[in-house]
Amino acid sequence: MSTPIQRQLLRLATAGSVDDGKSTLVGRLLHDCKAILADQIAHVQHVSSSRGTGDFDFALLTDGLRAEREQGITIDVAYRYFATEKRSFILADCPGHVQYTRNTVTGASTADVVIILVDARHGVLEQTRRHLAVAGLLRVPHVVLAVNKIDLVGYDEAVFKGIAKDVSQLANQLNISDVQAIPVSALVGDNIVERSPATAWYDGPTLLDYLESATGRDDTSSRPLRFPVQYVIRPQTDDQYRDYRGYTGTVASGTVSVGDEVIVLPAGRRTSVSGIDRAVISATGTAVAERPSAVAGEAVTVRLADDLDVARGSVIVAANSSPGTRRELLATVCWLSDRPLTVGARLLIKHTTTTAQAIVTKINGALDLDTLGVIDATGLELNDIGKVQLKIAAPLAADPYSSNNITGSFLLIDAHDGWTLAAGMIDDEEGELL
Amino acid sequence: MTAAIEAPMVTELDALESESIFVFREVAAEFERPVILFSGGKDSIVMLHLARKAFAPAPVPFTLLHVDTGHNFTEVLDYRDQTVAALGLRLEVAKVEDYLADGRLRERSDGTRNQLQTIPLLDAINGHRFDAVFGGGRRDEERARAKERIYSLRDEFGQWDPRNQRPELWSLYNGKHKPGEHVRVFPLSNWTELDIWNYIAREQIPLPSIYYAHERDVFERDGMLLAVGPYSQPRTGETAEKRLVRYRTVGDMSCTGAVTSTATSAEQVVIEVAASEITERGATRADDRASEAAMEDRKREGYF
Repeated sequence: MSTPIQRQLLRLATAGSVDDGKSTLVGRLLHDCKAILADQIAHVQHVSSSRGTGDFDFALLTDGLRAEREQGITIDVAYRYFATEKRSFILADCPGHVQYTRNTVTGASTADVVIILVDARHGVLEQTRRHLAVAGLLRVPHVVLAVNKIDLVGYDEAVFKGIAKDVSQLANQLNISDVQAIPVSALVGDNIVERSPATAWYDGPTLLDYLESATGRDDTSSRPLRFPVQYVIRPQTDDQYRDYRGYTGTVASGTVSVGDEVIVLPAGRRTSVSGIDRAVISATGTAVAERPSAVAGEAVTVRLADDLDVARGSVIVAANSSPGTRRELLATVCWLSDRPLTVGARLLIKHTTTTAQAIVTKINGALDLDTLGVIDATGLELNDIGKVQLKIAAPLAADPYSSNNITGSFLLIDAHDGWTLAAGMIDDEEGELL
Repeated sequence: MTAAIEAPMVTELDALESESIFVFREVAAEFERPVILFSGGKDSIVMLHLARKAFAPAPVPFTLLHVDTGHNFTEVLDYRDQTVAALGLRLEVAKVEDYLADGRLRERSDGTRNQLQTIPLLDAINGHRFDAVFGGGRRDEERARAKERIYSLRDEFGQWDPRNQRPELWSLYNGKHKPGEHVRVFPLSNWTELDIWNYIAREQIPLPSIYYAHERDVFERDGMLLAVGPYSQPRTGETAEKRLVRYRTVGDMSCTGAVTSTATSAEQVVIEVAASEITERGATRADDRASEAAMEDRKREGYF
């Protein structure tokens, strides 16, 4: 009997300008990892030859939409899954076109590693700076700079080193600590899975070597407990569980153990954890099994010693390390909509399991991609990254994004049509996230 | 270089399970009338198993909906009905046959019915005013599905617009929608076929018998093994023979192929799937071969 494979998941996202070869890189990576099966290869061969794009157009492995294939560009994020013997990967293949920057933000928000492609012939472009800024803001743990089409510059070491140095300087300004530059040719397959003899001057890892050994996001289980309540379970019809009252949720950070002293926000009432349950499903039915503790990332049900007012939107936090609540936020936002943001706008904010009304009270500036400094701004437009002040109609149990990417992040939503307008990250108290 | 991999805190399957449970709870909390699409296929069975886990010890707070093509495997319908009865769930069935009987739909020339499911599905969603519709679709299944968000907004016609999807950030799912619109929710988005089978093995989830090796009369068409039955018969030049087969997907009998297999347990299927050189849909779905963007076109019309 085989045992289920138990590997660690690593989440990746790609970014880069149009025509830098992202889809080709992803196709090549999947192909060389043997993640593409016979029928998919046959399909790509068929379409490649019928379109005259050579014997095998790697980009067709990932560009799945009709319009993408017709225009040869990636329009929306595609998620790909592959595994090696060492680990399994979820890859968000993001578009490079400036109008789809919101999709890069989408892909990077959950990524452990962002791969930023640069065309060796063109070097750093505005989109490179924007994608680096997004990776920095979202605090993606690792950035890979894939200097692509290195074959088209004669495998010139000086070209590679020049681009790596430019990006390294930008990364410093953006507080990105870990950038690994790799010279690659997605088309030929240099340094993707196989080390290239044409770049003998390069002694770093191949792309796959790097991905297999990169650590995930910081271990959040050692941070203070944050447990946003999603839904209350009260199975009143079942005799066995007539008095059962459980608060479901996913542990956002820290560890929760039976007996822990906790505070329930926003009310601020103190109590202790009387039980932690996970479901057990057997041939005879559904029940719960008690657990001594649960760690960040686990979906569980928590019971409390006292009968407090706890509902969706409540956050159960460590008694000795409560963030308190706030009704005003200073945050950095990526503006994702065609509708510009103006001071005084009334929006909805979605923060953990709370959705509340919000008013934009001030715009404190926007990021200038040329200087990476903050410039004055009276509004934010599509793809702008800016600093805003918000007044919220309900108290939020919020942390700075730098210490907790779940209780520190939020969406801004158009109250009329429900469109997601912005991705927000709460600034540190001392001020600057940018 | 980075440090070596640390011991995982939460393993791959546990992480996927927790992520799916989180999605079920979000929908239960934020929508008025959610429904689970349940066909008796392995993905919808795993989906229901996860929904039970999300709310235990309380019952699953969702209705089930089956869009019945009328071309189903008996074993699958039996499984569906037994599950519904055992769990005390409510099942709505939207029947393609009803639409054919009164002329709202017409039989296709190739006799397959997967594509005929879209209208009965949309009518059921509108009729019951379902505002969130869980589907068992996985992004690894098909290239258009790889573009799907976990929450996928559909307009009043049920249409998917891949160019205009809402950004989906962190685990902040935005379920806001206008009256008439609904949200398709895919809690298994990040699972692969192999994850599904590993999970079925780990959780010992019972499945309809056709998922395991059995003898069946089949004939070969376009490289696929189709079952001899009321909806598909060998044509001239095609010969039926008894083979040891199982199904990787179950759908409309007339266009769902079997694969040769000796696997009689989930553990053995895991080994077969891990070694397979062909994708689940490539091996078994005739309707996806119709055109280069068959799935995308159907999804745009409102298919799941």
